Amino acid sequence: MTANEHEHVIEVTGLRRVYGGGFEAVRGITFSVGRGEIFALLGTNGAGKTSTVELLEGLAPPSGGRVRVLGHDPFAERAAVRPRTGVMLQEGGFPSDLTVAETTRMWAGCVSGARPPAEVLERVGLTTKSRVRVKQLSGGERRRLDLALALLGDPEVLFLDEPTTGLDAEGRRDTWELVRRLREAGTTVLLTTHYLEEAEGLADRLAILHDGEIAAAGTPAEVTAAQPSRISFELPEGYHLGDLPPLGEMGVCGHETDGRLVRLHTRHLQRAATRLLVWAEGAGVELGRLDVRSASLEEAFLGIAREASASRSTAEPSGTHKTHKARGTRQAEKKEYAA
Amino acid sequence: MSGTMTTPASRMAALARAELTLFGRNRGTLVAALLVPLILPFSVYSFTTDMDLDQVGFTPGALILPAAVGFALLFAVYSALVAVYTSRREELVLKRLRTGELRDHEILAGSALPAAATGLGQSVLLVTGCAVLLDMPAPRAPHLAVLGLLLGLVMCAALAACTSAFTRTVEAAQVTTLPLVMVSLLGSGMTFPLQMLPDTAASVCELLPLTPVITLVRGGWTGDLTASETVSALIVALAWTAGGVFAVRRWFRWEPRR
Repeated sequence: MTANEHEHVIEVTGLRRVYGGGFEAVRGITFSVGRGEIFALLGTNGAGKTSTVELLEGLAPPSGGRVRVLGHDPFAERAAVRPRTGVMLQEGGFPSDLTVAETTRMWAGCVSGARPPAEVLERVGLTTKSRVRVKQLSGGERRRLDLALALLGDPEVLFLDEPTTGLDAEGRRDTWELVRRLREAGTTVLLTTHYLEEAEGLADRLAILHDGEIAAAGTPAEVTAAQPSRISFELPEGYHLGDLPPLGEMGVCGHETDGRLVRLHTRHLQRAATRLLVWAEGAGVELGRLDVRSASLEEAFLGIAREASASRSTAEPSGTHKTHKARGTRQAEKKEYAA
Repeated sequence: MSGTMTTPASRMAALARAELTLFGRNRGTLVAALLVPLILPFSVYSFTTDMDLDQVGFTPGALILPAAVGFALLFAVYSALVAVYTSRREELVLKRLRTGELRDHEILAGSALPAAATGLGQSVLLVTGCAVLLDMPAPRAPHLAVLGLLLGLVMCAALAACTSAFTRTVEAAQVTTLPLVMVSLLGSGMTFPLQMLPDTAASVCELLPLTPVITLVRGGWTGDLTASETVSALIVALAWTAGGVFAVRRWFRWEPRR
């Protein structure tokens, strides 16, 4: 094992994936994952998460750029990579007429250094289901079977594509706990998710994918810190935005209004909130529906999605229908905030 | 790294074992693969009474025995495997298997093993049955019959994978398998000897995939194939097998169309 491999278990440089019809699902992304790290690819449906993970798993060659897993090309040098990786696909992949035990035994026969099937089923809590046919399992049980198979060979690198989709709250917590224990044992985990909570609570580092590009990356704290906090309130009748203290002095870096509703963005939440409240006190004004909140990953995520879709709608040629639609969406968002 | 490393053989064995279990659980496939090839030789036998086989120098056994091998290949191997490959693709099993250590050809070959073994076992059973019931002499060139059967097994598995490439569902497999099945039944010397056809038609039929298999099995029994007939049958059989393998590598679909 080289020192370099120790540094980066997964290295992705300028990765691109173009499908047969010309659709570019992954548009030049770069990131790396260190040994023993949990890395989350976060994104909405269609952001390119699965398209990216499939390239890391070596299911297809990239259209451009480079992938290295454990120092090897996972597609061209599969024999060197596959015995050391575990994969949980986004859905299914089991013959419906086999039982859980039969499925596990079959897969164990195809995995180097497989753990005893019973032990792995125990680990994901499926022991009581071993004689049940796969088609009779619930969605959550199928996800756990998939996880069990991914863990069979004690992989050094684990790819989990939406591991908790379809699980109930308890199943989700169990899976998180399992993934954390794997990290403690030194396993490198790359997971995709559209649950912000999952990325925030589990990942050491994450990247937010949007339209096949990385819109933000870093630790959950870094990604969150890059986003401004926000203060929203309703100005009373007869007051205007201009009546507030100068926004720049308050530390406000952006603002929106919707009728009497005002939304201020700031990277200096305490200063901005203090100035605003002192002003309101002095003016004898009651600020309706006052809401002060620091940035969260959710804010960051929504902010990125909003920015991207806004820039896309302005970039679009004069299609009036589309413009209408974009405006409609923006209004809907405002309503959502107002609600 | 701890534990034992898998080998291609151990991986294919694990897959074949699972496929065998699945084969035993699917009643439709079981009936089609096990019973049909056992019944059809009797219906061919009933035709032979109306046919002037002496005119082309055939005994009933020389028609029925190779035909029985053809039935086993068409129904127990070809049709059954189109359904297997298609259903595994639709259930995303093939995609799942490709994420592991199995190579692509191991996945296709391992999944084909139970069907191939069924076809082989059936052929042996039918050939023995025909030889005994129709009171046939011992084969004169058994190596040709064995060669024909083995080529037929590989060819049918490859053609099944090709057919599955344009078969979206298991139900559709009942239709997409028809062309090869019908063409083989009528044109490969399984229901009547090609010698009864006009020369041009017969020479076209000689190029069909199953014709060389039937020819080799029959020749293995009667021992009356000339060297050039043997070689041309082998060339046609190998060409179809190689063409099938090439087409699979080029066009086989591992995931359902979305």
